[in-house]
Amino acid sequence: MADAIQIPDEAETRARWGAFAWTAENAAAAQDIIGRYPPGRQQSAVMPLLDLAQRQVGAETNTQGWLPIPVIEFVARELDMPFIRAYEVATFYTMYNLAPVGRYHVQVCGTTPCQLRGSDDVMRACHDRGLKKGATTADGLFTLSEVECLGVCANAPMVQINDDNYEDLDYDRTLAVIDALAKGETPEPGSTIGRRASVPEGGPTTLTEMVDENHDYRGEWAA
Amino acid sequence: MPKLTVDGIEVEVPQGATVLQACEAAGKEIPRFCFHERLAIAGNCRMCLVEVKPGPPKPQASCALPASDNQEVRTDSLMVKKAREGVMEFLLINHPLDCPICDQGGECDLQDQAMAYGRGFSRFDENKRAVTDKYMGPIIKTSMNRCIQCTRCVRFSEQVAGVEEIGAIGRGENMQITTYLEKTLTSELSGNVADLCPVGALLQKPYSFEARPWELKKTPSIDVHDAVGSNVRLDSRGRQVMRVLPRINEDVNEEWLSDKSRHAIDGMVRRRLDRVFVRKSGKLQPASWEEAFAEIAKHADGTMAAIAGDLVDCETMYAAKTLLKSFGSELLEGRQTGMDYDCSSLAAVNFNTTIAGIEDADAILLVGTNVRLEAPLVNTRIRKAVRRGAKVFAIGPEADLTYKVEWLGNDLGLLGKLPQAAADAFGAAERPAVIVGGGALKAGALGAALALVGPLNLVRDDWNGFNVLHMAASRMGGLMLGYAQKGGIADILAASPKLTFFLGADEVDFSKFDNSFKVYVGHHGDKGAHHADVILPAASYVEKSGTFVNLEGRVQVAQQAVFAPGEAREDWKIFRALSEVLGKPLSFDTLAELRAAMIGEVPALGLDGAIAPFEWTLPKLPAKASGPVGYPISDFYLTNAICRASPTMQRCSAEIVHGQEFAEAAE
Repeated sequence: MADAIQIPDEAETRARWGAFAWTAENAAAAQDIIGRYPPGRQQSAVMPLLDLAQRQVGAETNTQGWLPIPVIEFVARELDMPFIRAYEVATFYTMYNLAPVGRYHVQVCGTTPCQLRGSDDVMRACHDRGLKKGATTADGLFTLSEVECLGVCANAPMVQINDDNYEDLDYDRTLAVIDALAKGETPEPGSTIGRRASVPEGGPTTLTEMVDENHDYRGEWAA
Repeated sequence: MPKLTVDGIEVEVPQGATVLQACEAAGKEIPRFCFHERLAIAGNCRMCLVEVKPGPPKPQASCALPASDNQEVRTDSLMVKKAREGVMEFLLINHPLDCPICDQGGECDLQDQAMAYGRGFSRFDENKRAVTDKYMGPIIKTSMNRCIQCTRCVRFSEQVAGVEEIGAIGRGENMQITTYLEKTLTSELSGNVADLCPVGALLQKPYSFEARPWELKKTPSIDVHDAVGSNVRLDSRGRQVMRVLPRINEDVNEEWLSDKSRHAIDGMVRRRLDRVFVRKSGKLQPASWEEAFAEIAKHADGTMAAIAGDLVDCETMYAAKTLLKSFGSELLEGRQTGMDYDCSSLAAVNFNTTIAGIEDADAILLVGTNVRLEAPLVNTRIRKAVRRGAKVFAIGPEADLTYKVEWLGNDLGLLGKLPQAAADAFGAAERPAVIVGGGALKAGALGAALALVGPLNLVRDDWNGFNVLHMAASRMGGLMLGYAQKGGIADILAASPKLTFFLGADEVDFSKFDNSFKVYVGHHGDKGAHHADVILPAASYVEKSGTFVNLEGRVQVAQQAVFAPGEAREDWKIFRALSEVLGKPLSFDTLAELRAAMIGEVPALGLDGAIAPFEWTLPKLPAKASGPVGYPISDFYLTNAICRASPTMQRCSAEIVHGQEFAEAAE
């Protein structure tokens, strides 16, 4: 079912966000971004500017930020483009939020590799801490969404929370991450089992000599 | 000029043509949904797949593939057949099978092409996607389940109409076509997106569930709501014209039509004058033709006058003119709002560049004209010129014309001293054009504009850049027939006519005609009928065959689609019958005889489809003009009696011009 896009009440958002304008800092950042594109092609900056605007909204509301209609229109005006064109972009990409989200936007990957490696447990952990898919918790802390592949399959299962990834999760470690965030701490992003990037668990299984020094394998190859 | 073969037939196509066009040149039909000759190429429906060698061993989208030398194209191979069947099967996965209740049924591209190129059955057992319908305003009805996302509507609104309000939001399975926040489409060309829609997703709202295409009688006609003379097709059932569609004429309207021309048609069955009225003791009372004619006969003398409205055909004007002439009167006027510009040279009040020609202009000066409202289809041509790099300057109040305009200011004095930027642009221009609108004519700027012909070098070999933009379908024809006094209506009033015929004229200042016996010959009960002493019910443009001359001087003949209601008669017949009562019978008894006599007097009116040749002479006029201009059209949707009677146009006016909001009834 492709419902009409659910956006918050227009009159309300216009009243709240109608006067949106860049902060001094973001105004400079916006100028810098627009400057990356040739004159007359400034519309190419729509994606970074929407992101910047979403972050500013986030900073103002102490959440992860979203894009109210007047803010999308503001960005479109900045770039001298029709509103519908900016709106199309904002609705196309899932990283632009069209409705308010919480302080932490928990995006659980549910695509095949993560599912095989236990994303259902991750989801269950979220549910057990009161997070509901597509909704924000009553304290305004967490918004849970299920997303498609975020490209961290080697470290599956994973969640993306705001700008950070938490990888190699299971039920308990997911709870630990959520609890830490709820307490106001920032858990170390990356693998939760301490491996670096996506190196194999338990150390390398091939090219083991390469770990310490640059090893010449050529003499060991069968002629 | 690439040479290639299509199914073994060798064709040569112009550089830049696509493989699809090459296939058409070879006489092969290529099914398509997203491709449209007048829109940018999208290449997203994949229906036009063909096999092309050299190239990858898979079917290719012919609409987006440039034709090049030595290509071998096959449109009849097994690969192509299977590819088309596959694409069609995918398209039909989410398309509802509701053809029996769909207004597009019978004239649907998807229906036709599914019959011709589809498999005839589906292997899809899952549920179809459902999409919520979108609100697009009073003209367009949506049924978004049927949308196949060809994006023709999106490209039309962006590229032709110039109102970027339609877009595709979401992505993948959730992609939906909508106007921005489901607001009303504010284009005066919005009806065209329903024509472009290859399925039944966008439909004409006023026409919904009214008729089926196969039960309609189709009559070629000419539109009268502006002076463009758009070629239209009247689809009628019984005694009613159900809808108006554009006919393709590359020289005039291409294949577009403005919303007013298209949807004012429901005014044709409302507020009609279908019986004779005579004013008795201050009140209009129903009467017989004999009574009315006898009443008129009392006032007929050599001072009688005729004022033509905006919608009348040349035959009507000629019949009235002949009647007046037999009484020795020449008090004819067509510029009903009282304008008095000089008409001694018709070329000086003509759109000389021609509608199609203005596309090639590279510098355009608009003088007191809001082209978007006065002639929407000329505006699309100017927009085309702008997309090709033309610079547009304008004198008048600033308005949104859908393209970039450099506003010089609202002062006609600027005609005498163009700002440097404009002067430079015109100096460098190879095909400069000036367009003088009704607002400027009213302000008396014709002479000042004509004075630019020399300095700006507007007239060159095979280029005439001087244009006057009229707004009335009857204007050029009226001027050719002599419906112009030197001082306009003021001259008519000065002659204090005892009897005045108003030929569908509703915009006249009737208070000045208090001393005249007013006979209204027209089809709608509007301002003119309210002030009349006698009302003679006549035929509208769909109910008579008439000759119209558009703003570029193109003579076009409209056919009769239906019969006039009640006692209403064709206008020329009314004058023929009246002349009998007045004792000076007109010399023609049939429309053919009338036409022959009319063409005998003004031979150019016989050039059906061609542009009347006006000799290019410049009248000597004072070249001074100053002060601001105003635009004559404030409400695009309510400019004449037919529009004002049309519920659709009233709704458009309320919603689009006046911003009134309407609650949508749930369906």
